[in-house]
Amino acid sequence: MARDMSDKDILKMELEQLQKEVKNTREPVSKTTKEIYEWVEAQAAEDPLIKGVPEDKNPFKEKGGCIITCDFLWQN
Amino acid sequence: MCDQTFLAITFGPCDNCSQNKPLMNIYLKNEPINYCSLCVELMACQGLAKGETIHTLKTESETLKAKLEEERAKLHDVELHQVAEKIEALGQFVMKTRRTLKGHGNKVLCMDWCRDKRRIVSSSQDGKVIVWDAYTTNKEHAVTMPCTWVMACAYAPSGCAVACGGLDNKCSVYPLSLDKNENLAAKKKSVAMHTNYLSSCSFTNSDMQILTSSGDGTCALWDVESGQLLQSFHGHSADVLSLNLAPSETGNTFVSGGCDKKANVWDMRSGQNVQSFETHESDINCVKYYPSGDAFATGSDDATCRLYDLRADREVAIYSKESIIFGASSVDFSLSGRLLFAGYNDYTINVWDVLKGTRVAILFGHENRVSTVRVSPDGTAFCSGSWDSTLRIWA
Repeated sequence: MARDMSDKDILKMELEQLQKEVKNTREPVSKTTKEIYEWVEAQAAEDPLIKGVPEDKNPFKEKGGCIITCDFLWQN
Repeated sequence: MCDQTFLAITFGPCDNCSQNKPLMNIYLKNEPINYCSLCVELMACQGLAKGETIHTLKTESETLKAKLEEERAKLHDVELHQVAEKIEALGQFVMKTRRTLKGHGNKVLCMDWCRDKRRIVSSSQDGKVIVWDAYTTNKEHAVTMPCTWVMACAYAPSGCAVACGGLDNKCSVYPLSLDKNENLAAKKKSVAMHTNYLSSCSFTNSDMQILTSSGDGTCALWDVESGQLLQSFHGHSADVLSLNLAPSETGNTFVSGGCDKKANVWDMRSGQNVQSFETHESDINCVKYYPSGDAFATGSDDATCRLYDLRADREVAIYSKESIIFGASSVDFSLSGRLLFAGYNDYTINVWDVLKGTRVAILFGHENRVSTVRVSPDGTAFCSGSWDSTLRIWA
């Protein structure tokens, strides 16, 4: 538990973690961001918050309109 | 919080030098030791002097951090918004509050959508956990927890149970029954036990396992049925405030963020911390995976949200503006990942264009801090919960 560890233990833990991470393999940003961008482009057409949802299909649309019922009395 | 050293005076033989002296009963790593004061002094000096002073550990840590930054910088050949220049800008955004869910008596701290895209569970400071039908705004179930500040709640994938927890240091699972009269609290199951508050919880792909994060600095994976601890994750040096599981296609990892300004990516099976990112300037309040699973976003008290790419192993975008000075408490992506919704402590929700790095809309409506923001499972709407004790559905 982080709160029970002394400063020395915490530093040791961080150090071991850093030693492991330096060895991680990495890919260039140009390649990975391009893939992110392509993924988004492919999905964006179907994203309801971007393309919008027609009011009649939107389950969250305002419950609209009041229907007023009245009786007409015709008097001549 | 106190560190685990207590002092009490007794008289007797010292464990170390065996002389009869007034003893100091010290607890080292929770084990009682009786040393005389002289031996205690000697021990305190020796603890550090094994060639491994705190100072040397710090310098080694700094050099490694610098090396890591260097390795990462080598691959930083382009910025995300440069790659995104060719994309069309998004049109004008018209998003309004479609439903307001009122019923909590106090600050709403957390919420989650059910996979049926219409039910929502939310929890608040006064200990109430409510299940709503978002289409009709009816409350379907309500449970009162025995503790206040229920900071975490989650809906089970099957829709048949909810998990919640907070200052009670536990995560409890309540099976939801169709019978309205049934007392939900009676069927409660305590699953997780931490030594400090529960900050976040999430079911894995099934109802059978829960992942939790806590103020004690750890995350843990539990079996719901037996309450057994399956795996624990140590690596944060301060409270862990948030966690998020990778989208199911990309495997068994999750990301966590905490008060040590770090966001860590973990392998669920081995318990290992696979990657770690420390570029925020303050506590990370919320972490969320990108829908493709290759990146994640964070929201922090330093008033910025950042996007980290997992394969490039670095931060690739910062979403901030000089006019935004309040911390971001919660973030979530739209279905395609093009939009990032972030709730802030200045009562607003900002909508960011993830690729271009610009803000596309500000949403006003809440009358107090926005504490949680989540997009619905089918992406048609998102829900925000706030300290003004209401939840709003925006579409």
